[in-house]
Amino acid sequence: MKTTGLITRRRAIITGFAAAGGLILTRFPKNLPPAYGNLLRMGDTLTYAAHRTLLPGQSLVKEFSPKDITSFPATGTTNPGVSEKSALGDAYRKAQSGSFADWRLMVEGRVARPRAFSLADLKQLPARTQITRHTCEEGWTAIGQWTGAPLSLVLDAVGLLPDARFVVFHSYDDWVDSIDLLDALHPQTILAYGMNGRDLPVPHGAPVRLRVERQLGYKSMKYLHRIVVTNEFDDGGKKGNIQNGWAWYTGI
Amino acid sequence: MTAVLEQPISSTGVERHARWVRISHWVLTLSLLTLAFTGFVILMAHPRLYWGEAGNDLTPALLELPISRNYKHGGWEKPTPIVSGSPELISANRTYDIFNQNGWGRSLHFLAAWWLVLPGAVYLLIGVGRGHFRAHIWPRVGELAPALVWRDVLDHMRFRIPMASGGPQYGLLQKCTYSLVVFVLAPLMIVSGLTMAPAVTAAFPFLLGLFGGYQSARTIHFFTFVGLLLFVTVHLVMVIKSGFRRQIRAITVGE
Repeated sequence: MKTTGLITRRRAIITGFAAAGGLILTRFPKNLPPAYGNLLRMGDTLTYAAHRTLLPGQSLVKEFSPKDITSFPATGTTNPGVSEKSALGDAYRKAQSGSFADWRLMVEGRVARPRAFSLADLKQLPARTQITRHTCEEGWTAIGQWTGAPLSLVLDAVGLLPDARFVVFHSYDDWVDSIDLLDALHPQTILAYGMNGRDLPVPHGAPVRLRVERQLGYKSMKYLHRIVVTNEFDDGGKKGNIQNGWAWYTGI
Repeated sequence: MTAVLEQPISSTGVERHARWVRISHWVLTLSLLTLAFTGFVILMAHPRLYWGEAGNDLTPALLELPISRNYKHGGWEKPTPIVSGSPELISANRTYDIFNQNGWGRSLHFLAAWWLVLPGAVYLLIGVGRGHFRAHIWPRVGELAPALVWRDVLDHMRFRIPMASGGPQYGLLQKCTYSLVVFVLAPLMIVSGLTMAPAVTAAFPFLLGLFGGYQSARTIHFFTFVGLLLFVTVHLVMVIKSGFRRQIRAITVGE
């Protein structure tokens, strides 16, 4: 018997490795967060690269029904107007005293038409409402209903430039964090102004917070005032997770 | 099938485990110790366990563990209702500065998990390829006769532990225990752990259905850890009772 034309074990293994290699090459993220020589942050990067390479791109998290909504602790900053002893705290107090009518969300960076959005501007965009599980790094979870403008529509409105890669968020409690475009353009990534059918309460990030449902709670930043689209990785320096000893990617 | 046992090699006649068994034993030991330590640190940040999808300080717990200052800390402002028509659903601001070392705790946990999953997969592949599991780990059907199992249980309860040969063959309860750890507890640990990853359950939602929700998976993750802790304790006692020096040599340098 001739073996020509048969799928030999060796050929099958070589084909398998080639296919796996091709998959890794095309899906492996090109911009990785800096690890600053820290072994733990290198492990975080490995997890990020593995998720981006192996998991499907835009699968949705589970959504719940209204009867599943639970009590919801407010942790971290619960009112930047009180806790921030800075110009940011003053600005928050001023915006809050006017029911956030004068609040503006600046969207700029690698975009064609940078602009400031008012709360009314965001509410004019087609709204998305989702009941999802908030997963805190501490170990607790809570289910809440969020209403807001999909971040993808906001980014469409300003026009992403072709070299846009990350979206960086700045908050009134002086924190800076970023997500990659895959998460930024995810259908469930929204700028939420409503919670459980009411205006977003101050302890939960009024007037507008981010919801990034495929990552842990601390990526869903509260008290937003500025969004910057960048073409390279920005870890937020001393105001961001990595240089404060926390993972940047928290899909795990 | 390749022979797994290296036949008596030293002047003292002590056998030892195959090299791949010795290497994977210690890599996995180091990984499991790191996972146990960091897992405990992570649990200290929120020492409450629940069932279902959601659970937090404002909802009842299945179990509260007094393992950190966060235990029943009570540092909450006056709660307010957050859903119209449902006064039992509340929000409250936390005022208490909790113990939380998850910045390094979580990342070290996941780094160690890579060292469990990848070497663990290699261990399974070699074990299947070399017939190690069939020859030494899986109990044979005939061995599982109730009378034989009962006799081995009685022997263990009376601490009649035979001196080890320094490698396989293993005793009946020993085989059952190793099978349980390798094929049930370790996979359960990994899968329940992955069910706590929001990006993973977005891709594979059946995981949440399998465990009955995030908090159920977390609780099962914890009790599987307790099971593994029990195994490690009994394993160490057995190593001592069956000839400590010979056993340690068999899993390290031999001779």
